[in-house]
Amino acid sequence: MGMTMTQKILAAHAGLDKVADGQLIAAKLDIVLGNDITTPVAVNEFKKAGFDKVFDQDRVAIVLDHFVPNKDIKAAEQSKICREFAGSHCISHFYDVGKMGIEHVLLPEQGIVTAGDCIIGADSHTCTYGALGAFSTGVGSTDMAAGMATGKAWFKVPSAIKFNLTGKLPPNCSGKDVILTIIGSIGVDGALYKSMEFTGDGVHGLSMDDRLCICNMAIEAGAKNGIFPVDDVTMGYLNGRSERTPVVFEADTDAEYERIIDIDLATIVPTVACPHLPENTCPASELHDIEIDQVVIGSCTNGRIEDMEAAYNILRGKEVAAGIRCIIIPGTMQILRECVERGWYTAFIDAGAVVSTPTCGPCLGGYMGILAAGERCLATTNRNFVGRMGHVASEVYLASPHTAAASALAGYITEYKGV
Amino acid sequence: MNTRGKVFKYPDNVDTDVIIPARFLNTPDAKELALHCMEDIDPEFVKKVQTGDVIVGGWNFGCGSSREHAPLVIKTCGIGCVIAKSFARIFYRNSINIGFPILECAEAAEEIDADDEVEVNFNTGVITNLTTGKTYKAQPFPPFIQNIIKSGGLLKSLRESENNG
Repeated sequence: MGMTMTQKILAAHAGLDKVADGQLIAAKLDIVLGNDITTPVAVNEFKKAGFDKVFDQDRVAIVLDHFVPNKDIKAAEQSKICREFAGSHCISHFYDVGKMGIEHVLLPEQGIVTAGDCIIGADSHTCTYGALGAFSTGVGSTDMAAGMATGKAWFKVPSAIKFNLTGKLPPNCSGKDVILTIIGSIGVDGALYKSMEFTGDGVHGLSMDDRLCICNMAIEAGAKNGIFPVDDVTMGYLNGRSERTPVVFEADTDAEYERIIDIDLATIVPTVACPHLPENTCPASELHDIEIDQVVIGSCTNGRIEDMEAAYNILRGKEVAAGIRCIIIPGTMQILRECVERGWYTAFIDAGAVVSTPTCGPCLGGYMGILAAGERCLATTNRNFVGRMGHVASEVYLASPHTAAASALAGYITEYKGV
Repeated sequence: MNTRGKVFKYPDNVDTDVIIPARFLNTPDAKELALHCMEDIDPEFVKKVQTGDVIVGGWNFGCGSSREHAPLVIKTCGIGCVIAKSFARIFYRNSINIGFPILECAEAAEEIDADDEVEVNFNTGVITNLTTGKTYKAQPFPPFIQNIIKSGGLLKSLRESENNG
């Protein structure tokens, strides 16, 4: 029996010819990532255990993105712990205010992660980098500390669900609608402990931003990782960007999957996840009279250039509905700069939206768009749990940038029907 | 190793945002964070919890964010063990890595009620509901993971294996 793409990457990093579902392995890590919330806990564990140096200063990435620019004194103290640790260990991939971005938008953009990598990050959405053909998964702070110290992590080799994609997405849909549809169909634990391997001819028509968005929310189906095969789109993205040489792995033709799910991308419709679980999905067209108070376009799920472009194409020359607070958050400084240079930033302001520097802020109820009791937000973020964006009695609906921008203009949840 | 105490029972898909809301994550201090444990799902929890008590959840306990603060605050509150039908994988991993015992047992998680008195033996995986007298057997951890928990967490076990090697 052959191996899945994920299993082949894990075997290579464990120095084994073959691994099987359920096997416990120790794998070498290419990148160990942490942010301003998880790194302080990792630093504490690292020091407590008596470690005094990281395994490789070029293989650790620390990105301040959740609560920066510092939202309060305590957050400032946490950032300071990260800065001091990064400084004293000469961490080359340390990103602070002015250079930072939302970690999962930033690392691919900067070429820090690449095809064939084995990556852990103390942030659940680390599964994003599977879009590049890497094995990448979210872990906790102790794993980050151990990874920084030893360059290794333990894994239980996962089985996989194969998603066979065919056809082409309709123009008002994006990767977000694909992944929300999948989560709605298999549930928030539908891929628990498993890999989600995306394959089929439909893959080639998906942009890198679509793929990053799809893999980003694999965790919302409980998955260990999501992964795409490496094709021309991947190599086009990695060439001239990747710091290290990409390594291409392919699933064996006789690899075994727990389940194979066929998806015709042409049948995807603008989809919304209703409170309070990402699996509570329905077509946007079936939601009527759901008035909103706030729209957030951004996050590690949808803060990329194509997301900004979708928002621009819908908002330009129009005005956000009265009473709607529309918050747009480009994912990195480079994306923010492109928004400025292309005139999108001005168009957003003219439409009555506000544009923030990169931050995870409102997605996790940190700051920069917190909801009061009874308020409702339509967001391009990834979670709509109870209290996720603020008060326990507030509500978050999840959707694509197209749906979010169209809804900001309407004042209620609606699908984007095109020009 | 065992724990004995009263049960706090919660539904399916308890996420890490309700276990410890992100608005409090501006500090890494476990004791300070523990004051807000389960606040958004059960505001009474921190007032009632006593050392040795047990949380019983449904499917996919601990889903969502990778914050290790979640098992850490539950442990810091004095909870001796979490029993659930299944765990989200990062929560499961984090619990092992900080040396906090969790047990997967669908039957026990289904039948045990809130406020029941239970005793859990981590070495055998036997869960006894002292209120009803019924016992359950959870799947034991593989030896590799048992070693991590026995050492008191991943980093301590790494240090031990370094010293032995």
